[in-house]
Amino acid sequence: MSRTTLDLWVGVFVAMGIAALFFLAIKVGSVSGSDIKSPYTLTARFDNIGGLKVRAPVKVAGVLVGRVSEIRYDNERFQAEVVFTVDGRYKFPTDTFANILTSGLLGEQYLGLDPGGEEKVLAPGDVIKKTQSAVVLEKLISQFMFSKAAEGETAPAK
Amino acid sequence: MGGVLRKLGALAINGVWRLGFITRFFWMILLYSGQSFTRLHLTIRELYFSGVMSLLIILVSGLFVGLVLGLQGYETLQRYGASDSLGTLVALSLVRELGPVVAGLLFASRAGSAVTAEIGLMKVTEQLKAMDMMAVSPIARVVAPRFWGGVISMPLLAALFSAMGVFGGWLIGVVAIGVDDGAFWAQMQAAVDFRYDVINGVIKSCVFGVAVALIAVFEGYDCVPTAEGVSRAITRTVVSSALAILALDFVMTSFMFRG
Amino acid sequence: MDESLCYNHRPALQQNLMSEPLVRLENVRFAYGERAILRDISLSIPRGKVVAIMGGSGCGKTTLLRLIGGQEKARSGRVLVDGQDVARLGRDDLYAMRRRMGMLFQFGALFTDMSVFDNVAFPLREHTQLSPELINDLVLMKLHAVGLRGAARLMPAELSGGMARRVALARTIALDPMLLMYDEPFTGLDPISLGVIGQLIRRLNDALGASSVIVTHDIQESLQIVDYIYFISEGRVVAEGTPDDIRNTSDPFVHQFVHAEADGPVPFHYPAGDYATALTGGAA
Ligand SMILES: Nc1ncnc2c1ncn2[C@@H]1O[C@H](COP(=O)(O)OP(=O)(O)O)[C@@H](O)[C@H]1O
Ligand SMILES: [Mg+2]
Repeated sequence: MSRTTLDLWVGVFVAMGIAALFFLAIKVGSVSGSDIKSPYTLTARFDNIGGLKVRAPVKVAGVLVGRVSEIRYDNERFQAEVVFTVDGRYKFPTDTFANILTSGLLGEQYLGLDPGGEEKVLAPGDVIKKTQSAVVLEKLISQFMFSKAAEGETAPAK
Repeated sequence: MGGVLRKLGALAINGVWRLGFITRFFWMILLYSGQSFTRLHLTIRELYFSGVMSLLIILVSGLFVGLVLGLQGYETLQRYGASDSLGTLVALSLVRELGPVVAGLLFASRAGSAVTAEIGLMKVTEQLKAMDMMAVSPIARVVAPRFWGGVISMPLLAALFSAMGVFGGWLIGVVAIGVDDGAFWAQMQAAVDFRYDVINGVIKSCVFGVAVALIAVFEGYDCVPTAEGVSRAITRTVVSSALAILALDFVMTSFMFRG
Repeated sequence: MDESLCYNHRPALQQNLMSEPLVRLENVRFAYGERAILRDISLSIPRGKVVAIMGGSGCGKTTLLRLIGGQEKARSGRVLVDGQDVARLGRDDLYAMRRRMGMLFQFGALFTDMSVFDNVAFPLREHTQLSPELINDLVLMKLHAVGLRGAARLMPAELSGGMARRVALARTIALDPMLLMYDEPFTGLDPISLGVIGQLIRRLNDALGASSVIVTHDIQESLQIVDYIYFISEGRVVAEGTPDDIRNTSDPFVHQFVHAEADGPVPFHYPAGDYATALTGGAA
């Protein structure tokens, strides 16, 4: 085989491989992680984060605005501290409410933000104080059982 | 009992020895890699033999793996009413695991064994010694270009495998079964992250490329210079490559995709 | 002892070098692992001469050439090529020296993935910056010298044994080396090819002004073309001399070799225990 045909085949091969990489990057995946423009970080403290993971989505009104970047435990407050990065285009009032929610019944957990009515907005590095912890199924069930049991105890006395 | 232990000990010592050899060999290759890039046609030739010649098997296998993933995935997902997530399932399994791993295994048996056989036969027929006597380093002239040919081919082949697999999953899911086209791609794009999933997959395939190429050239260069020695070396290339790929995959997955 | 002295008297050194043999082995001992192959070899290859080294199969002839080429290192003793101790050379110096050596391997060792032309062009392309036209001319000249200019486009697999060896010879002389080493150039050849190769070796040596070593066990052919002969047995030089000396010698070893007798100083059997005990021991 002459060198030119060989070069041609190798050229075709490399071009195909790079095209496949582009296909994977653009059509299959989304460049979301790097798509956050001029990001800034905020922190929220929770009593319980349930199954929230690093890189979980941060959503406002169902729109993806950022991702969780770090989760750590605050040894003084005995709380979980969730650090997340949001797109610089979005601003949130200081009385914004942070919830840990679940998409669907068994889906992944994400951080949902409910903007409040304040004029002032959160600055980079600020801490969100109003939070609601994740709903933990075991707790929910035991609460339900206790209340049932309590009902059962009080009912005969009535 | 003592005999078994002794054998085990000998096996372990031998293994450590070989690991030491292969590491030294790796440094030698890197040291002598200059020519592979200054005289690019040497490497291009090897890209042809390990890349272009593996193209067909990689594309066909990728397509079939995608078809199977599509069928099986749909079967399972539709029980939970989640058949819209078919794209996610197919793409994530391919990009993160199956693409790099299966392409790596195929590459080891198609291109790795051929490289071992070629270098081994050159050793048997004293071509390597003759080259050395002509003051041309066989590592620079024969080994390094084959190594780099493999290292460059592997990620490209893995990407082609994954792309072909996604296409196969789409064929089954969307064209044959009738999953919604928009949902298929949209769900896939929402779940597959470029940096997290695609880049990590590419890193995996690069590491597999280095491992397979290194094992293949080493086994060829190190083989006992007889017909039997070459055939053993080829077997070792395929077996060691497969083990290396699976072990490295486990290690990398546990670092990349946890939490 | 007097190396520093010599450097102070350059004319003397020059003089010394010209009369100094190109290759000299001094009390060389070599073993593969525990197995001693060469026990105590001293010999020299004078400039411009063709020297044959003879001995039975497996007596270490190929090993000897590897020592001269620096592919193996002697356990003790020195191998001097053009005044330099081969075992002490660093990689770059060794490669510089090998460019001036040519070795014809026992089975040719042609590169099977290249045509005859590319095989012969290989050393030129690797070691020179010559233009493709010049390389083309040089390769055709070398191939013409071995009578195979017409076979330039063939692949090694398409050649007969004798042709392959001639191509390998053309490749060996591509860089006009000062030292030519031939490992069993006569084995497996028909009488005509054998004669052709023999004459080629002599002619090339004289035309290139090189020195040659032929390692062989073909005494009849060697006697016709070489200037000096060494016989090796059990790791030692057991006899030496010019072809005329050898023909007329009464040395029992040489006599056995020249007349191809099974009985003599060279045993037919590889060393083993007593035959009768081995057989009866096996039966018991
Ligand atoms: N690489 C090696 N390792 C161990 N033993 C070897 C090696 N090469 C050759 N030998 C042994 O050394 C002896 C001499 O070999 P060699 O020099 O090839 O002999 P000759 O060329 O005279 O036939 C042989 O008995 C051979 O078995
Ligand atoms: Mg030999």
